[in-house]
Amino acid sequence: MSDVDSLIVELRALLDEALEAVEAAADEAALEAVRVGFLGRKDGRISGVLRGLGALDPEDRPRVGQEANRVKEALQARIDEAEAAMDAAREAESAPDLTLPGRSPRIGGAHPVSRAMDEIWSIFRALGFTRARGPEAETEWYNFEALNTPLDHPAADEQDTLYLEGGGLLRSHTSPVQIRTMLAHDPPIRILAPGWVHRRDTYDATHTPSFLQIEGLVIDEGVTFVDFKATLAEFARRYWGAGTRIRLRPSFFPFTEPSAEVDVKRVVEGPDGPVESDWLEIMGAGMVDPAVLEAVNIDPDRYSGFAFGMGPARIAMLKYGVDDLRTFFESDLRFLRQFAGVR
Amino acid sequence: MKVSRRWLESLLGTELQTEEVSERLADLGFPVESVVDVAEALADIVVARVREVRQHPNADKLSLCTVDDGSGEPFQVVCGAPNVRAGGHYPFIPVGGVLPDGTKIRKAKLRGEVSNGMLCSARELGLGQDHAGILALDGDYEPGSSFVDAMALGDEVLDVEVTANRGDLLGHVGVARELGRPEIRPIPGAPEIRLEPISDPREVRTGGVTLVNDVPELCGRFTGAIVRGVKVGPSPDWLQMRLRAIGARPINNVVDATNWVLFELGQPLHAYDLSKLRGSEVRIRMARDGETVRTLDEQEHELDASMLVIADAERTIDIAGIMGELETAVSDQTTDIFLECAHFDPASIRRTKKALGIQSDAGYRFERYVDADGQARALERCLEVILATAGGELHPEMLDVHPRPFDPRTIELGLDRVERLLGVAFETATIIELLEPLGFACEVGAAGGPLRVTVPGWRAADVTRPVDLIEEIARRWGYGRFPEAAAAYRPGTVPDHPLFVLEDRIRDLLIGFGFFEAQTPTFVPESEGEVRLSNPMSSEEPVLRREILPSLLRRLEYNLARGLREVALFELATSFRAIPDCGDPPVAEEARVALVSTGPIGLHWSGGDRVVDVWDLKGWAEALVRLAWGPGAALRPGASDRDGARDGWRAGWYMEVVDEAGDVRGVAGQVEPSPLDLPPWAGAVFALEVGLPAEPDVSDARTARALPTHPGSDRDLALLVPSDVAAARIEAVAREAGGALLVDVTIFDRYDGEGVPEGMASLGWRFRYQAADRTLTDEEVDAATARIAAALEEECGARIRGRDA
Repeated sequence: MSDVDSLIVELRALLDEALEAVEAAADEAALEAVRVGFLGRKDGRISGVLRGLGALDPEDRPRVGQEANRVKEALQARIDEAEAAMDAAREAESAPDLTLPGRSPRIGGAHPVSRAMDEIWSIFRALGFTRARGPEAETEWYNFEALNTPLDHPAADEQDTLYLEGGGLLRSHTSPVQIRTMLAHDPPIRILAPGWVHRRDTYDATHTPSFLQIEGLVIDEGVTFVDFKATLAEFARRYWGAGTRIRLRPSFFPFTEPSAEVDVKRVVEGPDGPVESDWLEIMGAGMVDPAVLEAVNIDPDRYSGFAFGMGPARIAMLKYGVDDLRTFFESDLRFLRQFAGVR
Repeated sequence: MKVSRRWLESLLGTELQTEEVSERLADLGFPVESVVDVAEALADIVVARVREVRQHPNADKLSLCTVDDGSGEPFQVVCGAPNVRAGGHYPFIPVGGVLPDGTKIRKAKLRGEVSNGMLCSARELGLGQDHAGILALDGDYEPGSSFVDAMALGDEVLDVEVTANRGDLLGHVGVARELGRPEIRPIPGAPEIRLEPISDPREVRTGGVTLVNDVPELCGRFTGAIVRGVKVGPSPDWLQMRLRAIGARPINNVVDATNWVLFELGQPLHAYDLSKLRGSEVRIRMARDGETVRTLDEQEHELDASMLVIADAERTIDIAGIMGELETAVSDQTTDIFLECAHFDPASIRRTKKALGIQSDAGYRFERYVDADGQARALERCLEVILATAGGELHPEMLDVHPRPFDPRTIELGLDRVERLLGVAFETATIIELLEPLGFACEVGAAGGPLRVTVPGWRAADVTRPVDLIEEIARRWGYGRFPEAAAAYRPGTVPDHPLFVLEDRIRDLLIGFGFFEAQTPTFVPESEGEVRLSNPMSSEEPVLRREILPSLLRRLEYNLARGLREVALFELATSFRAIPDCGDPPVAEEARVALVSTGPIGLHWSGGDRVVDVWDLKGWAEALVRLAWGPGAALRPGASDRDGARDGWRAGWYMEVVDEAGDVRGVAGQVEPSPLDLPPWAGAVFALEVGLPAEPDVSDARTARALPTHPGSDRDLALLVPSDVAAARIEAVAREAGGALLVDVTIFDRYDGEGVPEGMASLGWRFRYQAADRTLTDEEVDAATARIAAALEEECGARIRGRDA
């Protein structure tokens, strides 16, 4: 074996030894010792080997030199790698406990009945409706007479009305908004009238003297009972899910004819898969009575339409499983916080 | 309307299943609210024969009865009823049985004597109000037979919800008509009666009675009949049981006969004791103001001239259509009767009934319109029952004051019209099939011409137009059979109301700020409003609220009282103010938003938490009012700030919300805590209430500015300024002095503690300079800052402590 070859073998053996030492180094001091021991300029063992270079034929020196550089680089890279790993390990030791709770931004929440109203509104918006509003303090004409409800008729009693000293009353339904809208705008009309209404009802689990109502009104040429039924069915499916069915039962409201109570049957999760719920009454509705159209100067021979009204608090009770309406008025934050977050 | 299944069966001549009837009625629009099995509660009752009656040795009012209930040897029962007789049959409940009210019968000792069960009164059986004695049964019965079967009580009573337009359903015949073709069957033992009418629009006289109608516009028909020599007494069982089943109290055979017809045909009648009618006159007239009448229920009523009455020559004997007078009513002594059957104006009946506060079966029906053509028939039907149960001699002529003979209405109904409203084409034959069973007579005219439909008297009030018939067609055909096919629609002409849009945005903004939405009552204590209810639910909350905050503060108190420390609530609601003699009604409404907040904010284990302060409030408020009133809206110290507290607010901590024009739109600040009911640990409470514009501009009209292409420069000034110089003033002076290059002024520090002279504050202000077309030189920026410094020294008494680039 030539001198050159023996030097190269020696270098390679040194590298193997050094790599083992790197592997064994427990901390940065040990690693530094490896570095100084092998790569140190003065006392490093690789430098020691290279001191023998002078004894070689000048033609052979580059080969040994190249091998030495390769060995040095490989060792240095391994040391760097080991150092980085030690750094990372040290860093990880001082990392935060990421199971601790974050700093929550303060986020409030809409009232559950508002949430229900918003959802109802977003469905009807998609069906081409806009929202109209009117005052809560009303006259008998807007609340009753224009709605084909003579004050001497027993139907006027069915919504026990609150009257104001000094004249007027509190609207017992948002139907006055229909009248105001039809007086101010020409058909086609396609509105939703959400708002507070008030009745002389005792405050109990299923009644509150003030409650939110959402009414809808559609007036145009050629609007039929079939459209009416289809629109309400579409709403029910969008609100309660695709399998929902509606049922119309004949009823009587002075301002609609034919009139109907609307029930829904939802598909709910049963113990053995989806089942249909009981029928639930959700709104009163009907084709707008021609007398109402006449009261607002709309020609009943040309136009027809339908109207419906529902109580979003009742719908929220069903949706969120609340069994006492009064819960909605207590504003107990332990209750309201269950409705936190953007809608 | 209480409907007896058996009664319907006898009218329809067929057996009915209660469940099917309930479903059918619901489908037709008359839901059945409840079904009572009349007999179920009586399952334990048997018919017993009393063999022997002896006086109780230790009690005067008790008897010892030997009772045979068919179960074996007769046994002893103690009875307190005066009417118990040996040989009589009575309902009996043995030991272990349960009464309708749930009472379980035990073997008992009464004054030392054993009682093995109980003989029952009508009241104990839930069959009536009579509890003066036990219920004596007519006829012979096998002891131990089922009381229900013996009395043919097996029946279900359906409580049918009848809509306000359908007075015709307030009798069994009307309900039966919805289900089939009812036929009124003769009363057992009654003669067939056809009276000879003596008719006149105004006045008739026959059989010794004069009948006069002074008010033809409120009484369209008044018929009367005379029966002499009746024998008043209890009705036979079949009549009593039928009445009891539907919850009516049997009184005597004459009154029961009128009630029978009331519940059968829906037509109220009234019987008078003819001997008590002064002057043998019956007059329909208006009451006299102040006239009083004592009605059958022994209540005294004061009448006025708006009320229709029936009178004799001297006094009111009946509040027309509502309730009869007491003295002229039929009693046990009555032998001659005058029977009335009339038709009154529904609105007049309703007004009187409401004014007097009287609820009666008659009034309930008259205000819902009784058959316009049914009086003669009802009168004759009632006479059949009276003659069969009370006997007597019927005067053969009917007194018939008939100012407005019934003229049935005929409606022309075009098929195209039906299709246009319902969206389904109906054939003439189908329509006739649907309408005729209800009593509508249909006449087919020329081909393609309208159907001529004649309305029966019992529907004369609610069916007057083609649309009323169209409803009947849809109802009878079945709403469920209409398809659900949506038609294309045209967009409406009504814009989405911008106040809803604004309210949605406010809701989202405040939710983002950590607030929860509350809903609180509109009705509040006297001191919190000015619009009064004339019929409030509660005398403690008689007004509509003027402000929202008091209600919201109560909810804050409620939550703090439950140990919740962090409270942030808001509400969108209406404020009501009285504007006397102005507007109809004289009420001004304003949509408002209010919020309250207290307690910790930013609680975190790492620290950095604090409590809500006035700067939080002002920050929320500024964002809110700009959303509501535009970018020019702002908060400023409250006007009454310096000269003392504004009611409800902590002195010096009260702000006004002003819009761009300077009009005050709301208030904000720290709430004066003393009137509140707060726990001792509660901190400062901050609140705001702002009115919203009636028609806000929600157009989101804005134009984006191009971003600057040249860098800007900042300069800071540290100032010592007298504490009473408002920050707003410093900003205004700086902006004025800074010139066109000054684009932004910000305060970044304020300190007035140790090291700062008394009465002064140390402030740090930052000024940002920018030009659109070039990079500014240090010289021009420094010059502008020097101008600002000089102006602040001169105009605000500021001392410059340092400046910094």
